[in-house]
Amino acid sequence: MQPIHLAWVDYTILLAYVAFVLGIGFALTRYMKSSSDFLITGRSIPTWVTGLAFISANLGALELVGMAASGAKYGIATAHFYWVGAIPAMIFLAVFMMPFYYGSKARSVPEYLLMRFNKPVMGLNAFAFAIMTLFASGISMNALAKLLNQLLGWNYHFALFICSGVVLVYVLKGGLTSAIYTEVLQFFMIVLGFAPVVYLGLKDVGGWGAMTNTLHSVAQNPAALDLNSKSFGPDAWTSAWKPLLGGPANNPMGVDVFAIVFGLGFVLSFGYWCTNFLVVQRAMAAKNMTAARNTPIVAAIPKMLFPALVIVPGMIAVALTAMPDKHYRIPPPIIAPEAYTQAVAAVQNANPADPAAAVKAVSDALGKKVNADKITALVAANAANKLSDDQIKEGIYNSVAEYDYDSVIFSLVKKYCPPGLLGLALTALLASFMSGMAGNVTAFNTVWTYNLYQAFFVPNKSDAHYFRMGKFITVVGIGLSIACAYFARQYNNAMDIIQLVFGFVNAPVFATFLLGMFWARATGIGAFLGLFGGIVGSTLFHAVTIAHGNPPGIKGGYLCVLHEFPSEMAQNFWLASFAFTTCFVLTLLISLATGRTKTDEQLKGLVYSLTPKTVDHNQPLWQRPPVAGVALLIACVILNLIFW
Amino acid sequence: MGLDIRWPIGLMFTFIGVLLSFYGAVRRDASISQAGGSDININLIWGGVLLIFGVLMLVGAMRGGGKNSEDGK
Repeated sequence: MQPIHLAWVDYTILLAYVAFVLGIGFALTRYMKSSSDFLITGRSIPTWVTGLAFISANLGALELVGMAASGAKYGIATAHFYWVGAIPAMIFLAVFMMPFYYGSKARSVPEYLLMRFNKPVMGLNAFAFAIMTLFASGISMNALAKLLNQLLGWNYHFALFICSGVVLVYVLKGGLTSAIYTEVLQFFMIVLGFAPVVYLGLKDVGGWGAMTNTLHSVAQNPAALDLNSKSFGPDAWTSAWKPLLGGPANNPMGVDVFAIVFGLGFVLSFGYWCTNFLVVQRAMAAKNMTAARNTPIVAAIPKMLFPALVIVPGMIAVALTAMPDKHYRIPPPIIAPEAYTQAVAAVQNANPADPAAAVKAVSDALGKKVNADKITALVAANAANKLSDDQIKEGIYNSVAEYDYDSVIFSLVKKYCPPGLLGLALTALLASFMSGMAGNVTAFNTVWTYNLYQAFFVPNKSDAHYFRMGKFITVVGIGLSIACAYFARQYNNAMDIIQLVFGFVNAPVFATFLLGMFWARATGIGAFLGLFGGIVGSTLFHAVTIAHGNPPGIKGGYLCVLHEFPSEMAQNFWLASFAFTTCFVLTLLISLATGRTKTDEQLKGLVYSLTPKTVDHNQPLWQRPPVAGVALLIACVILNLIFW
Repeated sequence: MGLDIRWPIGLMFTFIGVLLSFYGAVRRDASISQAGGSDININLIWGGVLLIFGVLMLVGAMRGGGKNSEDGK
């Protein structure tokens, strides 16, 4: 993609947003008087703020870039990440788990494990979580820098450091409260910045009906667009469940119902939404128990509707690619100008009588797969009427048979947004990445300060000491996130890498929480060895399995290849299922073989069966989490049926 | 915390709404988005939407008394 030039109105919107988020940070500085104020907000935030922050903390690079990419690769089935992989878990968190997190007065999710089990369990979870937040933050920052490089031509490294600097300033000034408030601002920015892009895209493809008709044709021959080497039923991109019921070979995701329901819908979903401190921290910042329980409920409402905002653009991109009169294609991977120059020369020097040699020469010059028919036609066209270098280059660009799916959302913004709206959409993208980064850094600095530094290294210091450490580790966290961003550059779909990371960390830990909260017999030794075994198990699983088309290495199979999955998504879901099961079984068996170290009285408030149930009788019916939760589940089922 | 988030949200979207609407009004040609074969002055239309949203937020903040509702800190 050629960089675009921003008009003064675009820069003004961008600068206004940056000024406001920095202003929020500075306005909150005077309230930061203790480590509690800085790291956990002093538990003072109202429900609607924590609810929108809860969803916005999750609304980082993963959502906007990754979901659009997955929407292009897999169609509406990507909505499983919402309707199966989020809503049920959010409701479970609100109804069953928030009473323990909030009621125990734990300052973090790992700290609950300290209270329930012991310090080693907390330490293991805290350490693994800290690593995960740094990777997640790095993915956000890599996507942000890539966006600014591709769309605006900014130097990648410059963009990375400037944007990190903005986040650093407002988090250092206002702590977690600053991150939460800016997340609410960012939520509205994302919704209001992207809604017009989706509207314009749907209008351009002729509406929802025309788009689905086009996708029906695409699904039966995706190879014509170099989307997938297999053919599927017509509803592969437009139905969420039917293609899954036919097995991995019948859907582009390459997964079956078990992997979706158990791997994604139970293990990854509950493991993320119920134990990931990044999002739970927002609920724990609420002003009272009712607000804390309602936070995930409030968040679930926009979450259910987000597929329209984040997945549909990917589907629009595929439909546009299939419509020749739209002159659009999903962007290819970035190729150096020198490679294009060599490829142009290869076309100019090609012999029209030997098209195979021409195709190979162009492919070798680019280092990418190319569409043989398009190159053959280009060579013939050049032989008949000598084409200009730019015309040949455009023809080569359109023939590249690989896609950079992460660029889908960028390309639609560029296509539909005139100056003004462009600045708004660009700022919305910026907002999503920055909220992802800030959210992960604020979760990291809390877990480090309280659950690692204070618990293991330097206990019994003054609160002022931990306040200073919280600020110091914020700076360190940003630095480490930058390092992770460079690592994340190697992957072309952020969704896949984040799912892999979650599989390593979240999947096993959910088994620990499940048994800890609902089974008083679970012991500290059982929890520690189970969690450790789950993490080791997921590492081994990754080491001996690979996804089709991937070479052994960083994507798996580096010990040996015992099993090949149809897709990386399938590998990730099965990895999570294996990790969860390993942790669950180990924790169960070792707990039964070891003695309890805590009495029922000590576990009161930490285990479901030993804790008085939360009374909602004083709340209006619609504000009671169980009632609202059931209503949301019904709505979720209806959505699944609509897109069956 | 003693900052009602509706103030910065309202102020920001009011500002952006005014800016987009103004730009859409004075630079009509540059504000057109061609989608589906019809010309839409998307800046003017969406600027108006943002302006309304921003004002509603400010009204909510004023009625909230300058602090987050039900929060006395």
